[in-house]
Amino acid sequence: MNPTRALGHGLTLAWRNLVKFRHTPDQLLDIVLMPITFVLMFVFLFGNAVSGDWRSYLQFVIPGIAVQALMFATIGSALALNTDLRNGIFDRFRSLPIARSAPLVGHILGDSIKYVLSITIVFAFGTTLGFRSHGTLPAVLAAAGLMLAFAFAMCWIAMLIGIVARAAETVQALSLILIFPLTFGSNVFVPTGKLPGWLQAWVKINPVTQLSDAVRALLLDLPPGSAVLWSLLWTVGIVAVFGPLAVSIYHHRA
Amino acid sequence: MAQGIEAEGLVKRYRETIALAGVDLSVPAGTVWALLGPNGAGKTTAVRILSTLLRPDRGWARVGGFDVRRQPERVRELIGLTGQFAAVDDAMTGYENLLLVARLSELSRRQARQRATDLLERFGLTEAAGRLVRTYSGGMRRRLDVATSLVGRPTVLFLDEPTAGLDPRSRNDVWDLVRGLVAEGATVLLTTQYLEEADQLSHGICLIDHGRVVETGTPEQLKAKVGGQTVMVRPADRRHVGEVEAIVAEVLATAPVVNGGGGEISGALATGDSAGAVLAALANRLEVAGIEVAEMGVQLASLDEVFLALTGQSAPAEVTK
Repeated sequence: MNPTRALGHGLTLAWRNLVKFRHTPDQLLDIVLMPITFVLMFVFLFGNAVSGDWRSYLQFVIPGIAVQALMFATIGSALALNTDLRNGIFDRFRSLPIARSAPLVGHILGDSIKYVLSITIVFAFGTTLGFRSHGTLPAVLAAAGLMLAFAFAMCWIAMLIGIVARAAETVQALSLILIFPLTFGSNVFVPTGKLPGWLQAWVKINPVTQLSDAVRALLLDLPPGSAVLWSLLWTVGIVAVFGPLAVSIYHHRA
Repeated sequence: MAQGIEAEGLVKRYRETIALAGVDLSVPAGTVWALLGPNGAGKTTAVRILSTLLRPDRGWARVGGFDVRRQPERVRELIGLTGQFAAVDDAMTGYENLLLVARLSELSRRQARQRATDLLERFGLTEAAGRLVRTYSGGMRRRLDVATSLVGRPTVLFLDEPTAGLDPRSRNDVWDLVRGLVAEGATVLLTTQYLEEADQLSHGICLIDHGRVVETGTPEQLKAKVGGQTVMVRPADRRHVGEVEAIVAEVLATAPVVNGGGGEISGALATGDSAGAVLAALANRLEVAGIEVAEMGVQLASLDEVFLALTGQSAPAEVTK
């Protein structure tokens, strides 16, 4: 199967997701409300405690909350795939002469609108509370690109969870087991230096930390260090491992 | 003519369960064959293997001349599949479901729209085209499902229990549809639990039980074996059973069976016998002999009887529900 045809199949299946959002927009409700809840909760719960003042905490925490919102949004993609697998539609796709990866690529691309929506809402709501980006336009675009690329990468893990889970509850449970150490075991909410030493070791290599640092650097015009490079490496690495794995397991699931 | 579907020695195991224990199949192009058997006989497993969804543990199968294991992509270009559970998306409209599969079949936008519209028209779904499938009735969903499997103009069509759960009218619609497809030259393999369905639609029947083909032949051949129709007489007085048995034997020119428990005598009609004529003759003879009858009638052999006749064992309980 040549890549152009495979991409065509993937885009057609992505169109399916968009059509379904249009028919049932309430499935976007969590995507809209979750980021707002996160921002309100963390800014006013931890703001004063961590930074002494919630306004300065806002600058620190908004980029990380955007990353966290993306992580949680991947659960929806895993659930959507899982539902397909437990329906006859899975057999339909597999009996058509389409690329093996297409049903998965379709979910990932089709859900991209949710990811864009998710980070847009975090930054929009953050801005109304007083968050200010100091980055240039290219830097802002680079930050958005980094976040979406990482979301796509995490989607492959979500696809894998959607494939192996036998029930929707299992999808939720497995996703949360993955997402909690990644998002809370990072410097999204608390700067690395304020964490206990043993935890710092994990937090420093955690891709969510790297990505949050990269986005902060780009948006707040701070020295980027190696964070941009590390988050790119993580993104590529996750796709390289989990992409083929998910496609292969998807295909062999009887 | 080239073979539409060929299979030899298909074996499939699920852990301890043997779903298929060596199935051979040969369906000539342009014909309808039925895989007839009770729940759990292996019908669905066979269809899933032939439609490339499942790999056999042993044996081979070719569809349209392509090996299902080595050339699954080529097979998928030829086939349409309608599974037991309607493979349509509830959260999309009927039109969108068809458009999706048309676009996946690489029709241009314009062709895809045309194909979707044509199929909706053909399956009587034009008015429901813009409604979400979750609002469809069972019969409409099944029609949409079959329509969806026809988008890519398949030459080989698999229909797994296409009428399960349908009311008689929707069932007749599906039957007409299958006849229409075959008239256009498609090869169809359908699975069913009902002898009547296999009889109505197919050129050939493959009777399958416990993962094995028990019998293969045309409906006429199978019927000749089990008696397509049976006549049953229950005398009002049990003491007349012997006499009735003799009369039935004479009229049918074959030895009837006495169901000991109920005092029922039943015998198979020979192919070509008119059920009406046999009943009239029987009624006449019984009248002359002065025997009162509690029950008398002609019925099509049930799957249970087919099984009894061909396997010497009763069909599993689910079938007779």
